[in-house]
Amino acid sequence: MSTPAASWRLSRAKEPGAASTIGAALPFLALLLIGVLFPLFGGGYWGVIATRACVYWVLVSGLNLVVGFAGQIAIGWVALLTLGAYTTSVLAAGTVTPAFSPYLALAIAAVVGAIFGLIVGLPALRLRTFYFAITTLGFATIVTQVALAWQSVTGGGVGVAGPIFPEPFDSQWGFYYFCFGLAAICTWMTANVAASRFGRALTAIRDAEVAAEASGISKPALLGAVFMFSGAVAAVAGGLFAALQSYITPDAFTLDLSVLFFIAILIGGRGSILGPLLGTILLTVLPEFAAPLVAWSTFLYAVLLLVIVLAMPGGIAEILDFKNRRPLESDRAIIPRPDLVERLLGAPRDAGALTLEQVALSFGGVHAIDGLDLEIRPGQVHGLIGPNGSGKTTTLNVISGYYAQQVGAIRLNGAALPVFARHRRAHMRIARTFQTPRIVGSASVLQNVMIGGTIDGKGTFVESLLSLPRHRRDEIMLRDTAMLALAAVGLERLAAARADRLQHSELRFTEIARALMLRPAFLLLDEPAAGLSAEEIGRLGALLLAIARAGTGVLLVEHHADLIFDICHHVTVLNLGRMLAAGTPAEIRSHREVVNAYLGG
Amino acid sequence: MIESIVSSGVAIGCVYALIGITYNVMFSASRVFSFTAGTLGMLGGVLGSLFIVRMGLPVALGFVLALAGGAVLGIVTEIVAVRPVLKSLDQHLYVLSTLALALMVQQFTAIEWSTEPQPFPRLFDIARGGFDQQFWLPMLACAAVIVGLEWLYRHTLIGRAFLAIAEDTYAARALGLPERGLRLASYALAGVIGALAGFAGGEMLLAFFANAPMLTFYGFVPVALGGMGNNRGAVVAGLLLGLFQQTANFLVGGIFASVAVFTVFIIVLLARPEGLAGRTLQRRV
Repeated sequence: MSTPAASWRLSRAKEPGAASTIGAALPFLALLLIGVLFPLFGGGYWGVIATRACVYWVLVSGLNLVVGFAGQIAIGWVALLTLGAYTTSVLAAGTVTPAFSPYLALAIAAVVGAIFGLIVGLPALRLRTFYFAITTLGFATIVTQVALAWQSVTGGGVGVAGPIFPEPFDSQWGFYYFCFGLAAICTWMTANVAASRFGRALTAIRDAEVAAEASGISKPALLGAVFMFSGAVAAVAGGLFAALQSYITPDAFTLDLSVLFFIAILIGGRGSILGPLLGTILLTVLPEFAAPLVAWSTFLYAVLLLVIVLAMPGGIAEILDFKNRRPLESDRAIIPRPDLVERLLGAPRDAGALTLEQVALSFGGVHAIDGLDLEIRPGQVHGLIGPNGSGKTTTLNVISGYYAQQVGAIRLNGAALPVFARHRRAHMRIARTFQTPRIVGSASVLQNVMIGGTIDGKGTFVESLLSLPRHRRDEIMLRDTAMLALAAVGLERLAAARADRLQHSELRFTEIARALMLRPAFLLLDEPAAGLSAEEIGRLGALLLAIARAGTGVLLVEHHADLIFDICHHVTVLNLGRMLAAGTPAEIRSHREVVNAYLGG
Repeated sequence: MIESIVSSGVAIGCVYALIGITYNVMFSASRVFSFTAGTLGMLGGVLGSLFIVRMGLPVALGFVLALAGGAVLGIVTEIVAVRPVLKSLDQHLYVLSTLALALMVQQFTAIEWSTEPQPFPRLFDIARGGFDQQFWLPMLACAAVIVGLEWLYRHTLIGRAFLAIAEDTYAARALGLPERGLRLASYALAGVIGALAGFAGGEMLLAFFANAPMLTFYGFVPVALGGMGNNRGAVVAGLLLGLFQQTANFLVGGIFASVAVFTVFIIVLLARPEGLAGRTLQRRV
């Protein structure tokens, strides 16, 4: 990997975004300055409000990764605040155990929070949207009930005293700075994750789950880590909340709080750090401006949520996204540079062949594939053609693990590929594109391409949280490789644009760039020429040939006969799930049955 | 003891089943689960208490008005929170929009009605017995709804149109069915059923704004376990849920009973995400 990256770094200067990093950090620095200087102009009560905003943000920052980035609708996160508040208070008070120092109690609460974050979050791996939302709602209801009932520990309805942090954090402003410091650290950590391969992988799970799988992203591991982090900071926020309240009862943890956290993120905008941060401040401060509003605050949050969902799904972040309101060039052409492909893919590797032996799969009574033999060799383009419903895409889906064949075997260099195990395909360097491009619309084109290289990062989630050297090396490597891949497919100039602003043909090339990030031994393309102009199809052909020359075996499912006959080394024709013919393009072109059934004339 | 567990379990189970049917009727018409299902149940109780206790209207009139209130909320749900986001069903915005509407109604009730549980009237002036009206009313309501829905779906033209929409929206539209009108009617019907659940269970659950999230959760359990859109599954699962909850209530105490229900719910869902009776096959690629 170092070879292509190193030689490409020469041209990093023209890469967009490097200069705007400082611009992106500016609002955070401004908030930091305001936060540090706040005690100079804020009065006593405003100090409590500011502290509360910091405490809420500690929780929301973590929840933001779950809701805003991973797209999991967790509406009951107040449960983890409750858990953290009681754990810290009870341990610090020493009524049940020997008294712990408040710091140690807070740390233990973080561990407990991480465990419960994982427990609450795990159902998300199997349950979708509404189901998951309901389970978190149920969990929130139950935690409050347990707090009420478990009197020997929680004091029941009477409650317990919150922890008191020793000097210098025992004064109002001392405690404010303690909370503010933690809030700043949380901002920094989540911003690090957001800008890492893990943050991009989360948005891929949210918006393009199949593409995430095809890129080798393991949903359980990633979501597990995020739920643990989110649970831990939520519990820490709980401990701070208890200290701020100085006395807690189950009444303090209503669902209204959960709603506030959740809505702050959506008002802020999904996939943003700054937006939810501003959202949290806004929602904490807003009711304070007019006393009568306090009773109606949750009602107003709900109205805001409805307005946001219906009128402005992008939230504050989208309003602040000035960069993407500038029009893109109108007459832009995709000019791939096949000469860069070899540099991108490195030296040819001998991966052996990808073979299908007598593979069969039927849905009910329909034989989608019926005893298919196929051999895809490295360095060759293998065309797969046939009328609609002949089993082309099904074949692709069996190879990439979306369906399991009922009969037969798929072998890579002689070894059978495990059935299903979709995200394992990327580790075997089998990449694919989709008939309808699967793209994270709200991310930049560059970020979308970088998703393809997720499995090549070396750093762990924790290293990304803390922006340790390995994380930074990963990011530089992925960015450089992605820029090279974009240059190879001819989309370099659009690297910084939001992907949902691209034209259809550009999305197709973006997907190819993303697939190339894997340095694939085998590349499976599902109708890459659909929707392309004749000129673009010609350039696509040249690009695919270059990819094959670099040693990759290409499987091309296509309807454009010209493209197939121009670039394929070998063509297989399917009809009703069976092989109708196979051979070189010249042989297929003169095959009587194929001409009659499919090519016409 | 067993008798009281069974009668209260079946009664509360019937309320859960009715909320489950409310979810299903909305789901069938639009492929959308709405957070307002439990809110409708809450509203049935609150409106009943408002009209009959606070305003002193006759029981029959209060009953009709409470159901009408449910129908109105059903229609508002469709217009405000469902129709605008149907175009982008894959983004699941309906989860947020219906949640927002449910919260608005719930908070409005809390502020304008009361944050404390208020008494619900005894509907029939008969003496309390072992098998009291607070138990048999929900059962009667549940039976009436099941029979009514069966009759509607099997024997009326509009009911068959409902089924057609539920089966295949596009085909139904291609046949010239007024899809929008039918969806609106379905939501009104769901509103009536939800309000009926809260009204019939009013004496047990009282007129309390916080019943909304409670019913939203416990009413969804029958849907999840019985299979989406499957009313018979919802009734069976609802009754089982009610009995299980009351038994656990008696054996381990109220609070840990809900922990038990939640745990069982999660385990069953994880083992069979498509419900005990349902099955879904989705083409993803």
